[in-house]
Amino acid sequence: MNTIELQKIANDIRKGIVTAVYSAKSGHPGGSLSAADIYTYLFFEEMNIDPQNEKKEDRDRFVLSKGHTAPGYYSALAHRGFFPVEDLKTLRKAGSYLQGHPDMKHTPGVDMSSGSLGQGISAAVGMAISAQIYKKDDRVYTLLGDGELQEGQVWEAAMLAGHRKLDNFVVIVDNNGLQIDGKIDEVNSPYPIDEKFKAFHFHVINIDGHNFDEIAKAFSQARQTKGMPTAIIAKTVKGKGVSFMENQASWHGTAPNEQQYAIAMEDLEKAGAALCQK
Amino acid sequence: MSEIKKIATRQSYGDALAELGKEHQDIVVLDADLAAATKTSVFQKAFPDRHIDCGIAEGNMMGVAAGIATTGIVPFASSFAMFAAGRAFEQIRNSIGYPKLNVKIGATHAGISVGEDGATHQCNEDIALMRTIPGMVILNPSDDVEAKAAVKAAYEQKGPVYLRFGRLAVPVINDRPDYKFEIGKAITLKQGKDVTFIASGLTVNESLEAAKLLEKDGISAAVINMHTIKPLDEQAVIDAAKNTGKIVTVEEHSVIGGLGSAVCDVIAEKEQAKVLKIGINDVFGESGSAIELIKKYGLDRNSIYIKVKEFLK
Repeated sequence: MNTIELQKIANDIRKGIVTAVYSAKSGHPGGSLSAADIYTYLFFEEMNIDPQNEKKEDRDRFVLSKGHTAPGYYSALAHRGFFPVEDLKTLRKAGSYLQGHPDMKHTPGVDMSSGSLGQGISAAVGMAISAQIYKKDDRVYTLLGDGELQEGQVWEAAMLAGHRKLDNFVVIVDNNGLQIDGKIDEVNSPYPIDEKFKAFHFHVINIDGHNFDEIAKAFSQARQTKGMPTAIIAKTVKGKGVSFMENQASWHGTAPNEQQYAIAMEDLEKAGAALCQK
Repeated sequence: MSEIKKIATRQSYGDALAELGKEHQDIVVLDADLAAATKTSVFQKAFPDRHIDCGIAEGNMMGVAAGIATTGIVPFASSFAMFAAGRAFEQIRNSIGYPKLNVKIGATHAGISVGEDGATHQCNEDIALMRTIPGMVILNPSDDVEAKAAVKAAYEQKGPVYLRFGRLAVPVINDRPDYKFEIGKAITLKQGKDVTFIASGLTVNESLEAAKLLEKDGISAAVINMHTIKPLDEQAVIDAAKNTGKIVTVEEHSVIGGLGSAVCDVIAEKEQAKVLKIGINDVFGESGSAIELIKKYGLDRNSIYIKVKEFLK
């Protein structure tokens, strides 16, 4: 797929995010929007997955360690064909298979339940170790928040991944710079993120998380990296694509009201129309 | 009398893993820098490629085990009960219990019989913690024979299982041809009409011995080995209540939330009986030899005998 095509998909995924959260009247739009381009590249380009055969054995695996950004994950899975896009409107509603945080038992395409921060990366390391021991070619990807790096378990997992030289394992950090209580470097700074992962024996790549050329290059480089896992530190904008949500910590876990929803969708419609002109 | 063979159930755990590992290539074993103590070192020696030492990071180990289980492999994650059920409680709840993953948790060094290491390492709360997790199976074997059978049954069971083992070498009491281990099925070791002991782990043998002492006083005590704490064999409890009207639970665990509480849940709802709960009485332990501590905290045959005599007055 070329960049324009990917950008169009990402824009549709963003619409799905905003619609799902608006419909649920709760949820986490900020970090879902910031990671939308990463989700797009992972599920539409990078990973060996098949919506028609979602449990196939030799698939690549993904764990959303920052589980609260499930709306982004669900929207990406829906647009990739794992379940109807229309169902995004059932997000967080009683009886829905789209739980507030990912539930592997009920949601097609979800490889691991997550939501308690710091735990998803451990499960992803487990998947990568299983592939290593049983000599399988599966690759494992996990997406972390930058605030999530404050959880000690992240570093327990990173230490083991580096120690075991898991070159089938890729960590992506959605570095949008904001957490619930404010800026990450004002709450409890995890910086320098790249140097930390380097110290844990990761190959580290810093990218602009909204630039598909850089995203593509980073994943390609990760594939070529042998003898160590890769950490992609993606600089992103929280709330990306919705004018009034961008770079606002307050949109971490808030749903738009009717008026705000209309503005958000108008922003995204305009962006979509602009892409069609290209 | 010939000397009774004594084996610590943690040793049985390591031996059983190594034995099962031969037959089943899909078993991997994880440890957190305690392989020599949990005895997973026996498996490690036999199958080094399938043994993962996660270092001193129990929370991560539980998550890693969960991830491995999603790929269809059966992980046994091992540490002391304190650091498995205690430190990693939330990882077990959210990464193993909630997704119902096929992870087996091998928790050794449970209870007061840890001995000299003292209160920080004596976990008397693990059963209470694990019982609250929906779908968790809890096995607390009483000797070598039962521990090995429990490991095999845990492997065959689909879903999360918590296995509780001890550090102290305990008498082998189940070495008989008709012994059969079935998850959720209590074993009646002795019939009786005045009172029923419901015990698990190392207190099963102490209860059997206490029953013998009571017998001399003309008191007929039944003894039930409740090796599975969850799912509890409710019918066995109901039958005991009906048959003897008095029940004594004995466990190397806090009287809050363990076997005694589980039995009382059944008694309160289904069949009334008078219950005496013998266990660790809402206190922390201390350093000392295992045998000394078992006596000091009232879990030995004589202490049990005295308490039951009082209870039956």
